[in-house]
Amino acid sequence: MTTAVSLQQVSRHFGPVRAVDNVTLDIAEGEFFALLGPSGSGKTTCLRLIAGFDQPTSGHIEIFGETAEGLPPYKRNVNTVFQDYALFPHMTVAQNVAYGLMIKGLARTEREPKAEAALAMVKLSGFGSRRPSQLSGGQRPRVALARALVNQPKVLLLDEPLGALDLKLREQMQEELKALQKQLGISFVFVTHDQGEALSMADRVAIFNEGRIVQAGTPADVYERPRSRFVADFVGSSNVMSPGFSAAHGGPNAWTSLRPEKISVLKATQAPGTGLGSADGPVIAMHYQGAVTRIVIMAGDTRLTAAIAAGAAHFAEGETARLVWSKDSLVAMESP
Amino acid sequence: MRSEAGVGLKLGAAAGLLFLHLPLVLIFVYAFTTEEKSYQFPPPGYTTRWFSAAWFDRPDIWPPLILSLKVALIATVLALIFGTLAAAALHRARFYGRDSISLLFILPIALPGIITGIALRSAFDIMGLPFSTWTIVLGHATFTIVVVYNNVLARFRRTSQSMIEASMDLGANGPQTFRHVILPQIASALLAGGMLAFALSFDEVIVTTFTAGQQSTLPIWMLNELLRPRQRPVTNVVAIIVIAVTFLPILAAYFVTREGEHTAGSGK
Repeated sequence: MTTAVSLQQVSRHFGPVRAVDNVTLDIAEGEFFALLGPSGSGKTTCLRLIAGFDQPTSGHIEIFGETAEGLPPYKRNVNTVFQDYALFPHMTVAQNVAYGLMIKGLARTEREPKAEAALAMVKLSGFGSRRPSQLSGGQRPRVALARALVNQPKVLLLDEPLGALDLKLREQMQEELKALQKQLGISFVFVTHDQGEALSMADRVAIFNEGRIVQAGTPADVYERPRSRFVADFVGSSNVMSPGFSAAHGGPNAWTSLRPEKISVLKATQAPGTGLGSADGPVIAMHYQGAVTRIVIMAGDTRLTAAIAAGAAHFAEGETARLVWSKDSLVAMESP
Repeated sequence: MRSEAGVGLKLGAAAGLLFLHLPLVLIFVYAFTTEEKSYQFPPPGYTTRWFSAAWFDRPDIWPPLILSLKVALIATVLALIFGTLAAAALHRARFYGRDSISLLFILPIALPGIITGIALRSAFDIMGLPFSTWTIVLGHATFTIVVVYNNVLARFRRTSQSMIEASMDLGANGPQTFRHVILPQIASALLAGGMLAFALSFDEVIVTTFTAGQQSTLPIWMLNELLRPRQRPVTNVVAIIVIAVTFLPILAAYFVTREGEHTAGSGK
């Protein structure tokens, strides 16, 4: 497997702020790689270092084996889809898409069919003569995508391109992006703060916090085996138990994560099955969320949340509930 | 929410507008009067001979007119170059003292012309620069640069920084990005700023008085002309030309920027 992008101990400091702090990362050719993290966690700065809009303070960046630090963006074989799309308002859609080809010096007769083909790829055939201002919110990211892909980059960088879309449109674009990436077979590096988006699209995810990668792996890896409270909380939601609480309830003597959907809820009178972990406590809240209902109890001073199918059980506030889980569902973490 | 203005207010507004614009009408009227020694109202008779007099008998009109056009043109070109560069630098850079430098750029247009004039005059004296067309141009550049700077800066603020990055990302180097992305974005701001700068420079009197030396620009020639008792209406003919030369660019600048946003810096 060829490495498309490699970051080796890369840091980018802005004065005292360590926007990117000693990040090491390999992205394979043809991989859909998500950089996931809250805002200000360094994921976008990382993307900008790969694109060349910013240079690392220290460390080494390679793109297909070639040293990238020091090279301006126009000398790198990567293209970017910007968060605000950055379409050129004074050009038509077709001129926008053909921009990279025009800069390369391709004749009009050569670049027009290529631009049209790129527009067809993002399902915008026939929109070439429009202005960016005449496009809908769902069409703009497609133009930005076509404008980047027409240059046949080996790596496509995407900076939260779906952030501005409403939920339906976003889900549709997620599917299309994933399909497009498979069809083209190039690496996509996708920045997002939406953990659902990262989990559903990416082959691998790197989770950023305060400039560092706190965990990287397949979506199932990071979801099932969070290594820290930050990952457990940021990727999905989780019950984090202290070592003492965990050990007292049949778990390991370590900070432990337990996903709400791994928990079933019984009445206090029902006995838990053998070999299962359990905790009792008064119900302090019931949150109806459509498909699931979240039940929150206080077991001593530990707050536990269970997600169960809507209507599967009903409790009044203050009533004691018994939360039950399989011991396999407890995940020991390396740090709190 | 519309409220009807009272009669008094309406009359007051009308009177104000008349007070502002009637003198302009008088300039046109006196260009056709038959009385040449003083401005007498109503004019005793009407003639168009001052137009031919201005054209044929008064070669002294031409040097100031040409000088004024030349100065305005050069001051405008300087403003376009340096105003744009200054706006680009202060828009992109973040450094300590940036706001103070921005203020220093705008200050010359807020400063009374007489201060600018005296300051420049003593500066030229100290440097031993002889007064010439170039000292006039330098004087005018102090405020024409501001006009372009303000217009272009306002436009930069509306232009997304990522557009420049997108151009670089798509393979364009600096000059290519400037030509294909930045210039088209700021073109109308440059046009508007340039025309305003030209109009401001063309009729500037105060700063020019201090920096011109022996030469007369057109406004100064007119001022001198009003003190002489012969062929007074010729001055009015020239005034009509000045109105045409300065008013049309300002009008054009107004229409060019109207679709976009209104930009500051048109008050000197």
